[in-house]
Amino acid sequence: MNRPNGYSGIWGLQMGLLLLMTFYSFFCAAGTVKVDQNGKVKTIQEALAMSGSGDTILVYGGNYSEGTILIDKPLTLIGIDRPIIDGHDRDSDIIIIASDSVTLEGFTIQNAGTSYIKDLAGIRVRRKNNFVIRNNHLINTMFGIYLEKANDGKIVDNQVIGQAIEEVSSGNGIHAWYCKNLFISGNTIVSHRDGIYFEFVESSQLVDNISRNNLRYGLHFMFSNNDEYTNNLFEKNGAGVAVMFSKNINMYQNTFANNWGSASYGLLLKEIYDARIEENIFDGNTMGIKVDGSTRVTYHNNSFENNGWAIKFVGGSYDNKINNNNFISNSFDLVLESARNNNTINGNYWSSYTGYDLDKNGIGDIPFRPVKLFSYIVSRTPESMVLLRSLFIDIIDFSERVRPMFTPENVMDHAPLMNKVVY
Amino acid sequence: MLKILKYSFFDLIRSKWSYVYFLFYLVISSSLLYLSGDISKVIISLMNIILILVPLIASIFGVMYYYNSREFTELLLAQPIKRTNIFLGQYIGLAVSLSSSLLFGLGIPFLIYGIFRSAEIWNFIILIVTGVFLTFIFSAISFLVALKNENRLKGFGIVIFLWMFMAIIYDGLFLLSLIVFKEYPLETISLTLSMLNPIDLSRILILLKLDISALMGYTGAVFRKFFGTDTGLLLSTLILVMWTVLPVWAIVRVSGRKNF
Repeated sequence: MNRPNGYSGIWGLQMGLLLLMTFYSFFCAAGTVKVDQNGKVKTIQEALAMSGSGDTILVYGGNYSEGTILIDKPLTLIGIDRPIIDGHDRDSDIIIIASDSVTLEGFTIQNAGTSYIKDLAGIRVRRKNNFVIRNNHLINTMFGIYLEKANDGKIVDNQVIGQAIEEVSSGNGIHAWYCKNLFISGNTIVSHRDGIYFEFVESSQLVDNISRNNLRYGLHFMFSNNDEYTNNLFEKNGAGVAVMFSKNINMYQNTFANNWGSASYGLLLKEIYDARIEENIFDGNTMGIKVDGSTRVTYHNNSFENNGWAIKFVGGSYDNKINNNNFISNSFDLVLESARNNNTINGNYWSSYTGYDLDKNGIGDIPFRPVKLFSYIVSRTPESMVLLRSLFIDIIDFSERVRPMFTPENVMDHAPLMNKVVY
Repeated sequence: MLKILKYSFFDLIRSKWSYVYFLFYLVISSSLLYLSGDISKVIISLMNIILILVPLIASIFGVMYYYNSREFTELLLAQPIKRTNIFLGQYIGLAVSLSSSLLFGLGIPFLIYGIFRSAEIWNFIILIVTGVFLTFIFSAISFLVALKNENRLKGFGIVIFLWMFMAIIYDGLFLLSLIVFKEYPLETISLTLSMLNPIDLSRILILLKLDISALMGYTGAVFRKFFGTDTGLLLSTLILVMWTVLPVWAIVRVSGRKNF
């Protein structure tokens, strides 16, 4: 008999609490603290101590150096006129986010120092979720933004500029370890070890970032599954992007340009399953894509121009589909040496194709063999690269193409296109 | 000597073959520039043409010119002129006229296209310089061969074979030796071997200038390190000069002792 009353009692309590919380957020939580070096609150540390959850701290222009700043409440910090937070090379993190729902916006964060023991960071997010890091400049912070077990975060429009000279004493621009649902967009990352490093990162997106002049990789995936990167630019890095031991990575509309060096790649794939590589541009790299084990990967609508090697497969690679790509003016279009081959190569445009199209359907009438004899020779005796573009090499390549003896016979494009693929 | 040089030069310049040669380069380079529009790519395409054609044309032209002007040479020999002057004059006249066909044939389209405002100017200069060197080298060799062989057919045969050897067979043997000895460190050997053949040397010089070396992986790096430095460039220029001077010196010697 009393049960309905009991229910209504709890109901009333809940309503009361809700009301209280609403009032609370109206009168207390929406507080704003202003930090100004000429004002009442002079340091960020003071402001952090004063403010409660959900407050906004406005930091006005100036130079703040206050040791490590620990943000342990859900706050919004906004820099106005780009205040500088300087670590003065004290070999410690500059900002640590240790609370959910923190927003950090509009700061310049600089000089974390260099350490061979600790991973110093400009901004470190420690085991918390829902953070937003937007429009900050991170200069000479060993690691720019360091995420450890942090989920559902946004890292948008930051500039992360390092001074990496050698790999051992430098950090990564954006470093993520055990994270989920990250959205990283519009960042520019220059001169670090890896531009962006993902280790055990799931379901994350990278959009419109620029990664340039990094010592090792522009973007590096390790053991990370179900991620997607779209429309990024990777330029002049040790290697553009390395995707290693990962599944279901989508790579769309990225540009890999000018990654030069004796061991340099636009894209390096190592033990990859079920990836999609579509509408990317590979221009002027020593090696467009180096594939060391890829299975069920789709290469579709990509353009390979002016690379030393467009795609080089080493090791076992099975069930890959290389369809509708443009291969233009590469020294070697495709290197695929394993005698057993069940990869599909179909409907690509090859600038070195010399066949004809009598029925005018846009598809060449004779199949094209993209693997050159010279590439086979070079992989065995690298010194023979000296003979690149000599008449003798052209002659033996031609005769091999007519009747393959050394290169795998069944690697060919049965429907080579006469015109570039437009997508 | 200057008089004979001048005579040979103007004699050759007036011949229709010089015009054909000049027009050939003019048409090729202007059509490549028109079609592609990318100077760097045009230089690579021209490189392939120059490395094959310049030695061939210089060889054939050299032999042809020597045999054709033989009667005139005999007439000159009857005059009180030093032998060295006669043959050197003829040789330099030939080489200069061929080089100027090459220079103007390639230079005019590139000038009109605006090579001086382009960053590729040095690559173009390297291309021209190696082309001129190859002309001088191969016309000297052919002159020497012709001087040594009274039999025209034999002269032509030897010259064509020499061209084929330098342009194709040498690379084949080179490659073969690299494959046979691949267990050994081959960087120095391959560097040396590629420097001994003027056609290979020219090809590598142009390729390295064109940043293709970056696309050549590890070996490319080795080569770039050598040829990219001033010593490397100086050494390769020196070798090209040697390749010119040696046959010319032989011409002087052989012509001095030859019975006409």
